[in-house]
Amino acid sequence: MSIYLNSDSKVIVQGITGGEGTKHTALMLKAGTNIVGGVNARKAGTTVSHVDAEGKDVELPVFGSVSEAMQETGANVSVVFVPPAFAKDAAMEAIDAGIELLVVITEGIPVQDTAEFFAHSQGTTTRIIGPNCPGIITPGEALAGITPATIAGKGPIGLVSKSGTLTYQMMYELRDFGFTTAIGIGGDPIIGTTHIDALEAFEADPDTKAIVMIGEIGGDAEERAAEFIKANVTKPVVGYVAGFTAPEGKTMGHAGAIVSGSSGTAAAKKEALEAAGVKVGRTPSETAALMREILQSL
Amino acid sequence: MEYQAKELFAKHDVPVTLGSVVTTADEAKAAAEQIGGTVVVKAQVKAGGRGKAGGVKLAKTPDEAYEHASNILGMEIKGLTVNRVLIVPAAEIVEEYYFSFLLDRGNRSYLTIASVEGGVEIEEVAKTNPDAVRQIPVDATTGVDEQKAREIVADARFPLELADQAVGTILALWKVFVEEDATLVEVNPLARLAGDKLEALDGKVSLDENADFRHPDHAQFEDKAAADPLEAKAKEKGLNYVKLDGEVGIIGNGAGLVMSTLDVVAYAGEARGNVKPANFLDIGGGASAEVMANGLDVILGDPQVKSVFVNVFGGITACDAVANGIKGALELLGDNATKPLVVRLDGNKVEEGRAILDELNHPLVTQVDTMDGAADKAAELANA
Repeated sequence: MSIYLNSDSKVIVQGITGGEGTKHTALMLKAGTNIVGGVNARKAGTTVSHVDAEGKDVELPVFGSVSEAMQETGANVSVVFVPPAFAKDAAMEAIDAGIELLVVITEGIPVQDTAEFFAHSQGTTTRIIGPNCPGIITPGEALAGITPATIAGKGPIGLVSKSGTLTYQMMYELRDFGFTTAIGIGGDPIIGTTHIDALEAFEADPDTKAIVMIGEIGGDAEERAAEFIKANVTKPVVGYVAGFTAPEGKTMGHAGAIVSGSSGTAAAKKEALEAAGVKVGRTPSETAALMREILQSL
Repeated sequence: MEYQAKELFAKHDVPVTLGSVVTTADEAKAAAEQIGGTVVVKAQVKAGGRGKAGGVKLAKTPDEAYEHASNILGMEIKGLTVNRVLIVPAAEIVEEYYFSFLLDRGNRSYLTIASVEGGVEIEEVAKTNPDAVRQIPVDATTGVDEQKAREIVADARFPLELADQAVGTILALWKVFVEEDATLVEVNPLARLAGDKLEALDGKVSLDENADFRHPDHAQFEDKAAADPLEAKAKEKGLNYVKLDGEVGIIGNGAGLVMSTLDVVAYAGEARGNVKPANFLDIGGGASAEVMANGLDVILGDPQVKSVFVNVFGGITACDAVANGIKGALELLGDNATKPLVVRLDGNKVEEGRAILDELNHPLVTQVDTMDGAADKAAELANA
């Protein structure tokens, strides 16, 4: 089992003909993902050539719209690689077409654009992951995003993280155990899927035995997640928070990673998580060691 | 800064008095003469609490304006040097209100905060009389139209006789928020002046850098003079760099990993003479020789730096490319590379990457396999 994404997922790529879209379509196919086509209104009717996981040549159809792609292929997942200026329209289109899972990889989308397409998704059946995220991987089954599929295989850990490279680092440290699903929710101020959403899904997933949660400075998502864990999560959770040394008022790489006044600090997040019974590591390696102990005692 | 916020206010018809922005005491005197009567001399820096710091003074005569301006110009407020003062006519304030639109991360939408119980002391009001500080959610799809503005005015309990003016001001402020791609538009105080005139006496606007591509005019708001010279240099080279106060230079890939690297270095530093990270620098996915050289160049330009920690996890990026980047950077920098480099490579093609650096056998480069171990080595070298 897994959350949100599995071998039955039929995936399309919005921006399949662009540089990033081309590169990552190839990597997603290699990871075993069932990619059924892509979208680019200007290149509708053409195909793009790729190689699937078995090394066979495939011709992927390019459609003029998400809705057409869904009708023709039965796609239920879309991965967005379009540039920031066009990301809102791409997301709105996918939501209107009724896509189930919309993974927005694009970094640098104006936050008001995200606020708008997120609001537009409310009350619909679309789940958004991102923006500004590495996406989601269910090892051995499917990858919708840019996480390197070779880092770790299938296993009992569920991972949810604001950061891409810390996701990779943590998967690498725990590669001998493996993961049900690893999801990077993104570092923007407004994101579709939150820590809480992922925690809820991992709690309900019978194959996930323990959960790693990675947070960083900015906002209060980790504090909210801590409350949620206290009330609703029975599985062991270990946590890591990045940004203890971040100065107030400076954006640290991710648009959302900023300490404002006394809010959004790493110390407050760590404290909230520990109060909820989460073991929090001081470094990624220490966090992995905490998870290792838990898994060995299960 | 205040005068820039006011320019944006004026552009969207928010009632405001622009005044004159000047950089010398002589100009301040001339501006006060031109305005006539009592003026206010206000320090222009990107920081709150300017009044409490002595950066806002009333001047009854042009000579007083000269005197205040000469005291305020050059003063430091929260670490920022005052290079400009704003001269505005003194206003007769009857009441002060607070108003803002902001991004509400928790609810993933927008929020209005309004209070008619005092403007500048809003934080105090929030503590003593929280009910007076109204928080009104704004839907990101429907935004603020006249009906919503009237709802806000009623909820915040603006005086009835000012209701229409308040609605107009709120609609204009909403235009500032949306059309300028702001994450915060704050008026504090929004003042009721003699004659029942509503005016934005001070304000703050935070703009979304991700939206700069549709606002080429926003480049003018960047305060190049106040920016840290290393940060300015990094920005010119397109690097994501933040200067900190420490001895261990940091280069890494990915915002989360770099933030984590700073923390791990700070922990390691506790046992190594309390050395600290010198900067945040995220070189992103493709660590080419040029990007690596630019990054090293900025970091080595920081006289406080004693050692550099390059921490890369190869995800999509392959470690051999990163190692070649480091090799190329050292060649490009030549004799300008003067400080020890601790490199930790892991992930995609790690063996190849480490082999390249082993073969290079550069006297300044030390490889350590783990992040924690490498942080300790970098801290040790910075403390030597």
